Amino acid sequence: MKNLFRILFLIISLFGFQYSSNAAEKIEYLKTDWSFKGLFGKFDRAALQRGYQVYTEVCSSCHSMKYLSYRNLAEKGGPEFSEAQVKAIAASFEVKDGPNEDGDMFTRPGKLSDKFVMPYENVKAAQAANGGAYPPDMSVLVKARKGGVDYIYSLLQGYEEPPAGITLDDGVYYNKYMYGNKIKMANQLSDGLVEYSDGTNATVEQMSKDVTTFLMWSAEPHLEARHQMGFKAIVYLIILTTLVYFSMKRIWSGIKTEV
Amino acid sequence: MSDHEYTPKSKVGKWFNDRLPLLTLANHLTDYPTPKNLNYWWTFGGILTFCLITQIVTGLVLAMHYIAHADMAFDSVEHIMRDVNYGWLIRYIHANGASMFFLAVYIHIFRSLFYGSYKSPREIIWIIGIIIYLLMMAAAFMGYVLPWGQMSFWGATVITNLFSAIPLVGEGIVTWLWGGYSVDNPTLTRFFTLHYLIPFLILGLVVLHIWALHVPGNNNPVGIDIKKPSKDTVPFHPYIVIKDGFALLMFMIVFAFFVFYTPNILGHADNYIEANPLVTPAHIVPEWYLLPFYAILRSVPDKLLGVVAMLSAILILAALPWLDTSKIRSAVFRPLYKQFYWILVADVLILGYVGAMPAEGLYLLIARVATAYYFLHFLVILPVLGLKEKSLPLPLSITEPILGGSPNLSTAKNRESLKN
Amino acid sequence: MSEKKTNRRDFLFTATYAVGAVGAGAVIWPMIDQMNPDASVKALASTEVDVSSVNPGKTITVLWRGKPVFIRRRTEDEIAEARSVKLEELKHPETDEDRAKNPEWLVMLGVCTHLGCVPLDQKGDYNGWFCPCHGSHYDISGRIRKGPAPTNMEIPEYEFVDANTIKIG
Repeated sequence: MKNLFRILFLIISLFGFQYSSNAAEKIEYLKTDWSFKGLFGKFDRAALQRGYQVYTEVCSSCHSMKYLSYRNLAEKGGPEFSEAQVKAIAASFEVKDGPNEDGDMFTRPGKLSDKFVMPYENVKAAQAANGGAYPPDMSVLVKARKGGVDYIYSLLQGYEEPPAGITLDDGVYYNKYMYGNKIKMANQLSDGLVEYSDGTNATVEQMSKDVTTFLMWSAEPHLEARHQMGFKAIVYLIILTTLVYFSMKRIWSGIKTEV
Repeated sequence: MSDHEYTPKSKVGKWFNDRLPLLTLANHLTDYPTPKNLNYWWTFGGILTFCLITQIVTGLVLAMHYIAHADMAFDSVEHIMRDVNYGWLIRYIHANGASMFFLAVYIHIFRSLFYGSYKSPREIIWIIGIIIYLLMMAAAFMGYVLPWGQMSFWGATVITNLFSAIPLVGEGIVTWLWGGYSVDNPTLTRFFTLHYLIPFLILGLVVLHIWALHVPGNNNPVGIDIKKPSKDTVPFHPYIVIKDGFALLMFMIVFAFFVFYTPNILGHADNYIEANPLVTPAHIVPEWYLLPFYAILRSVPDKLLGVVAMLSAILILAALPWLDTSKIRSAVFRPLYKQFYWILVADVLILGYVGAMPAEGLYLLIARVATAYYFLHFLVILPVLGLKEKSLPLPLSITEPILGGSPNLSTAKNRESLKN
Repeated sequence: MSEKKTNRRDFLFTATYAVGAVGAGAVIWPMIDQMNPDASVKALASTEVDVSSVNPGKTITVLWRGKPVFIRRRTEDEIAEARSVKLEELKHPETDEDRAKNPEWLVMLGVCTHLGCVPLDQKGDYNGWFCPCHGSHYDISGRIRKGPAPTNMEIPEYEFVDANTIKIG
């Protein structure tokens, strides 16, 4: 047993080591309590719904979310809008379809199975409209940035006047959490920018938290299922390990040696 | 291996076994005499078999949904993560499974280094093991390319460019590897093919590895040969099966924790950005299990020599049975070697650490010293140590330190924790 | 094997085996279920078709769940013919009233029930469909009349969303 604990210790310290090497250049991000962290972490439905509102009203004019479909909004573990609500949401978008019998492309109202409509036809069009900078697709953005949710949450609130000595080109803004501090996205959020239908006060902090929660879900739509299954799997493994341990003791009881 | 001829009891069994001796094989595997003093470091062979099978099964499943095309690979991975039933679970098992596989293989290798399992008569087992390790690295590297994220693309670019260090034909080889003038769709499809093939090669080599093991039998923590099988060994089933099973379950708990609670911690955020040939990520770092070799590569200021140093660092292991001149296997009875062993472990960990850091200033200096020491250990320390070192007296049999009455009892107890 | 063979009926071992077997089962299920239709495929399970431009006596073929669906606007004569057939003449007895709720429109999966080929329109001995693969003849209600196919062509679930739109699935 002693050896076994030594092995476990080694494994943990190895990965701890890896983790700390990743964290070497860590910046202090703004902190908030995320409901989806921890062994039983779940999304806050209301925050997801508000986050979706912020995304549609603010972000979606430049940022696509190409891996999401409208149906996802009604799926378990997500914002869980009702099916009728999502149908209405989808129908409010014009989706390009076709070709029809005459060979022409046409637009029709969105359906549940449609992907989120993109703000630009392609990357080049997006760059052309944004001074050469491509507003990244936000489907997996949280997983694609070091610091994850804390980084996004901080970035949205990190706009400041540049310190003396730093000059910024046109269309470049100062953000204290951005890598290199220069960002081509202007500050988008201001208090009261959106009007939450559930009456929540739309402060910058609140909107940042809501939209970041929404982005976490969009990057990990099965997070809740994962946490639930993980807990069951680990409890199961511990039970089986205990049983096997005592079985092993029984089997080895006649042998004079270490187990 | 068993000391009696095996004959199946049933008539059908006998008929079948006379034509294809599968039952004899099964009987050999269950009765296989295993030293009774094996400790938990010996359970990693079984754990590795589990890792290989897990990777093959989850890999087959992923291949049913993955699309090996530069325009669709990234999308198809997201499709697996979002839409395929349990796709997220299977992909996270596969991705973290690679890390767990390497974790286990490193423990397995360092166990062999500590207890001298590579020494006569087990050199072939060791060399097959090194080939398996090389193939694992190839499979892991190509597998990392498949999601076609930024790290995939730039990792592939950097690693394939290593071949350009070869004089005269280097550039030609790189173009040949790529199937074009850069890493692109042809590269992706061939990497997918090879990534699919290699695990089966590994599986074949694992059979040989175990076959070669079953000829001399297992080494053991004391490192001396088995004198009396009836006294020193236990049948593989059920004794070792249950013990391996117990260790495997402990391993699976760690594995499950990664898969379910921190599935992306061992990966790199940049790999969730689709490959873009116009933008290189700020830091290109390989997966953690390749970092020590990456550090060796970067510590040499010359392109060709860097590649040579990196390859030598792995290939030197194949010569280990002859570089280590000591006849004593287990480090338990080699007080000096034991110290150097732990220095080597620290050295490799340091190499791994600096491999993750930018190659500049102090990090570069540390990497150079650690690289030099790595080679010094194998090329100078080991051969000299075997000739100069005064080893402790060996016990008469592997049961002796357990049963007591030996002058080595206390040594064995303290240093080996061979407790009753 | 040594003499120390343990008693298999021992409760501890039985429990260990049982718990282990449950886990093995739980691990196998995701590996099987991943081959079932995924969420994006299921989301496409229904299709809406605009049939305003289909004239009487014409058939259009639309793709639904990767298979052809025949939508035929039947003439008065065809309806009369389909409804006049006696049930005892049929290999797979079904009335036309059951198959086409709105007699003018026959909506049917265009897949031969023999081995899955697509039958040809307005061919065969019964003025309906004819499957070129192995010679099955279907009538104007899509019922099997002659040949190796065992059953009538399948009617999918569908509804008229409005006078000109059919929702299949």
